[in-house]
Amino acid sequence: MWDSLSKGKRLDGRNLDDLRPMEIEMGLIKKANGSARVRLGNSEVVAGVKVETGEPFEGLENKGALILSAEVLPTASPHIEPGPPDEETVELARVVDRGIRESEMLDLNKLVLVTGEIVYVIFVDCSVINADGNLFDATSYAAVASLVNSKLPVFEIRDGKVVDTGEKQNSPITTLPVSITAVRIGDSILLDPTAEEEACMDARITITTNSDNNFAAVQKGSTGTFTLEQLKQIAASAKTKGEEVRNKIKELMKSGQ
Amino acid sequence: MTQTKSLIDENGKRTDGRTETELREIKINVGVIKNADGSAFIEFGMNKILAAVYGPREVHPKHMAQPDRCVLRCRYHMTPFSTDTRKNPAPSRREVEISKVMREALEPALMLQDYPRAAIDVYVEVLQADGGSRCAGITAASVALADAGINMRDIVAACAAGKINGKIVTDINDTEDKEGEADMPVAYMPHLDQVTLLQLDGILDDKQFSECLDEAVRGCKVVYEIQRKALMQKYFGEETEMKEEQ
Repeated sequence: MWDSLSKGKRLDGRNLDDLRPMEIEMGLIKKANGSARVRLGNSEVVAGVKVETGEPFEGLENKGALILSAEVLPTASPHIEPGPPDEETVELARVVDRGIRESEMLDLNKLVLVTGEIVYVIFVDCSVINADGNLFDATSYAAVASLVNSKLPVFEIRDGKVVDTGEKQNSPITTLPVSITAVRIGDSILLDPTAEEEACMDARITITTNSDNNFAAVQKGSTGTFTLEQLKQIAASAKTKGEEVRNKIKELMKSGQ
Repeated sequence: MTQTKSLIDENGKRTDGRTETELREIKINVGVIKNADGSAFIEFGMNKILAAVYGPREVHPKHMAQPDRCVLRCRYHMTPFSTDTRKNPAPSRREVEISKVMREALEPALMLQDYPRAAIDVYVEVLQADGGSRCAGITAASVALADAGINMRDIVAACAAGKINGKIVTDINDTEDKEGEADMPVAYMPHLDQVTLLQLDGILDDKQFSECLDEAVRGCKVVYEIQRKALMQKYFGEETEMKEEQ
């Protein structure tokens, strides 16, 4: 790998800043309010949206609740064992959640039924079904696509009770957050790393941008370090590459999926 | 994320009376826990955080041991009375994540290959939280590791910068974190000029991103001086007095 990287090429033939081919399929789970399957190279994630009503979070009484979870299923690789989520999976869920929450992708103000008492509760659950690196981006794209795909039930309050009117409404989407993950191996910065590359990485970073192409969230990971120059360089590629991914998702939205 | 309330007044002062580039008051005491191999207590504004280091010591369970290096384990934990509403003592997802990024922020500074088959445990207990507790925790833990005599390449200093009312400010406090527009915690090794932790919550454009990063690093350098003084105080402070006696 070292040999290859020194020539600016990766073991799978990509340039350092190439992303792997991506496929997004929306609406594959009919029982969910929204769903998406994303394949990023060999990494594959299914995300589903389920909507309920419930109490708002403390301190956020005038906002709907968004709850995101991620799970790496035992199907995903021989190294995963069933059980409570480990540190890495918790980080995965929190980083994906952060990108969606901080960019304010969903206008949660529009998801309130009775202020302080009853709000929409949006669950986005992500299941990694095959793991080959860069689960952060694959999961993030799946979560975003499932929300784009989602139609929310219209709830009403009648005689103090929540009633499902049977009608559907579009989700209040304001922006499309896109994350780009890079790893450093020696002096090389690689975008969209495979599992093999992640095994060799010195440090990792995930940067999320919104539709205005501003930064919304960042998470550095792994035990290595970055210089300030490297960070600024990665931030710049997060914008250009993020825009490419965003356009792909927009095209899918247009094609009516 | 309400932007209606002003967090900077007409005199350019923040809610706690600081200027845009001013850090909160920081006090570090070294060696505050007798039983620990190294420890530190930090007061970072209203944050009160203890860090204790045990090790290098034998690894339990044994299969976790690495033949060529030491295992670093970190636990970030908030006491139930540290926050406005009682915090459930069981570790939350947030605490699990912070424990992980904290370990990854500290590890680059440690020469773990010097202690094969051993473990170093770092326990960070937040007694009172006031925004920026992960930065304060990393800062204290780094001092505690030095106090424990662990071989280190550099000290890790941590400080956040952020955006409130459209302006970049240093060392975000609790109110600014909740009501401001962005929070970027950074950990940094001043001598090696390397960033070991970087997170961001909130929206920043290109210029603000660079500015915020540079400002956080500047804050880290201020924090580093306080860390250094605290360690000097413990290890050379008494010696200076002895010289005077002679």
